[in-house]
Amino acid sequence: MTAEALLAVKDLRVEFPTRQGTLVAVDRVSFSVAAGEVLGVVGESGAGKSLTGAAVIGLIDPPGRIGAGEIWLNGRRIDKLPPEAMRRIRGREIGAIFQDPLTSLNPLYTIGRQLVETIMTHLDLAPAPAHKRARDLLAEVGIPAAARRFDHYPHQFSGGMRQRVVIALALAANPKLIIADEPTTALDVSIQAQIIALLKRLCREHGTAVMLITHDMGVIAETADRVAVMYAGRIAEIGPVADVIHRPQHPYTKGLMGSIPSIIAEREQLAQIDGTMPRLTAIPTGCPFHPRCPEVFDRCRRERPDLMAAGATRAACWLVAEAR
Amino acid sequence: MTNSVARPDTSLVELIDVARYFDVSPPWLNRLLERKPRALLKAVDGVSLAIAKGETLGLVGESGCGKSTVARLIVGLYRPTRGEIRYAGKRIDVDGADPAARRDMQMIFQDPYASLNPRWRVADIVAEPLVAGRGRERPPKAALDARVATLLEQVGLARADGKKFPHQFSGGQRQRISIARALAGNPAFLICDEPTSALDVSVQAQVLNLMRRLQRELGLTLLFISHNLAVVHHIADRVGVMYLGRIAELAPTKVLFTRPQHPYTRMLLEAVPDLALTGKPRTAVAGEVPNPLDPPAGCTFHPRCPHANERCRREVPLLKPIRTAAGAVGEAACHAVEEGRLAPMTPVGA
Repeated sequence: MTAEALLAVKDLRVEFPTRQGTLVAVDRVSFSVAAGEVLGVVGESGAGKSLTGAAVIGLIDPPGRIGAGEIWLNGRRIDKLPPEAMRRIRGREIGAIFQDPLTSLNPLYTIGRQLVETIMTHLDLAPAPAHKRARDLLAEVGIPAAARRFDHYPHQFSGGMRQRVVIALALAANPKLIIADEPTTALDVSIQAQIIALLKRLCREHGTAVMLITHDMGVIAETADRVAVMYAGRIAEIGPVADVIHRPQHPYTKGLMGSIPSIIAEREQLAQIDGTMPRLTAIPTGCPFHPRCPEVFDRCRRERPDLMAAGATRAACWLVAEAR
Repeated sequence: MTNSVARPDTSLVELIDVARYFDVSPPWLNRLLERKPRALLKAVDGVSLAIAKGETLGLVGESGCGKSTVARLIVGLYRPTRGEIRYAGKRIDVDGADPAARRDMQMIFQDPYASLNPRWRVADIVAEPLVAGRGRERPPKAALDARVATLLEQVGLARADGKKFPHQFSGGQRQRISIARALAGNPAFLICDEPTSALDVSVQAQVLNLMRRLQRELGLTLLFISHNLAVVHHIADRVGVMYLGRIAELAPTKVLFTRPQHPYTRMLLEAVPDLALTGKPRTAVAGEVPNPLDPPAGCTFHPRCPHANERCRREVPLLKPIRTAAGAVGEAACHAVEEGRLAPMTPVGA
């Protein structure tokens, strides 16, 4: 955990109390995001990546709750803030982009009005400059004829254009951090490429850090500086994106990379990880990946591995400790 | 591998200038009072292709390009507005077509949660194609049970899983059940409409490996529809790229992915994020798919195409063989390619 980290998450635990006992969806997750950095968070459904993002932005739906751990933003602890204080941070200091641009926008208001409202809520601006800023933002995210589109309703936009509006909303108050949860999943490939390029350009220009949550390793490869691979609510491996993709250390990361079909490499057979991710009700003891791991040994079944340095990345795997 | 233009004697399925239009006009009263015109959505507009016995034809394209409509036309869920669909040389898109052809083809759908009846046991779901519409020909129970058990084991499930209900399975396992059901009647031709799109990558790999193995073992012919170019690259022998109801390019997989001809294919391949391309700047692609209710005149891709000229704006390009030094390797519907105006593309990832 470096001192200059913009966002620092320490031993985060997100849990859901149920009648059958407490389900732990995110378990002892620690990572940090430096200013201006893009951290990719990747994993399959149910790995806890979206919940980690929701915890940072303070949007975990009850009965879910942060059971333990700390979240620090700019040197200030934010996981214990009262709802009103957290509401001021959302939008002002942390922006959010979600998967479905249609449900992120209010269908009853024009996009101009939604932008102006967001700007005036977070920045101390009079209506006229707020309008100007809204128009500038729309032009900046590449909406053609932004001045005319200002008074249009969300349903008059295509999916890609809506996602551009959502990005404009997220950037409205110049936050230092954006949580983007599957921002391109609902879009076609050609539009996806446009949105990724836009997100990359804007974050570079504004110096905004991004926590990019997605299941698409290709998007991470194109966009992120570092990547965290999550499995069963824990980080399996974290490190610079090129190292995690090309020199993975954790057996799960290796299997995951091998299972992705490519448009370049010819492969007769895709690498296969048999089985599926465990349910939250039945997370195995020790390393949660051990029942599916091809290199499992005794210690994996007994003890849970923590992240340890392995090559250029850090992996939560006992093989790494053995190799030392 | 197959010839780029499959001859009728080797092709199992053949589409000849098939079109399907949907009437999406406003109600009669609105047309009368508000003077709104009739509206026709040309979901598929003149598609011709042939699928050879034993091959896998991949069909890719973005949402709304008509790829799923093609699948539904072939299995007979829609009637074509125009054109002919032949199976093993016989027309199947007319009244009184041989029902045996329909039994010879099966479909696997995208959503394994919606395509299995939640109130049926897995064994009944898998046995349904053996029982449905057969009246007295229905096989005896013991034979049925044995067949279901074989099928379940073939797709990597346990015999005992037949007693369970769909909700007891994960997404990947449900897709295995769908595959077992599709295979029950010993079909020769399988149509897979985005069969892995709802699955996680590691599970997708399991299902793709399974489908490849089954195809080899059973000698199946596959039409594999997906929006994911990498998946199609992995599984198909030949690939057709669709754009706004028409085929833009059709070529053997290797050719299409290394030497794409049509500007749209080139654009798609440029746009796909791939692991090998880490850090490589991506060419941003301008524009979006136009409204299919009001498609551009001429080549429908011309507003987004960097090579469009006057002819492209006027004249609809037809799918024609691409002539190269090595002979015809594929087909493309592009005036620029035909006239040789386009420089050959450097192979992706070379």
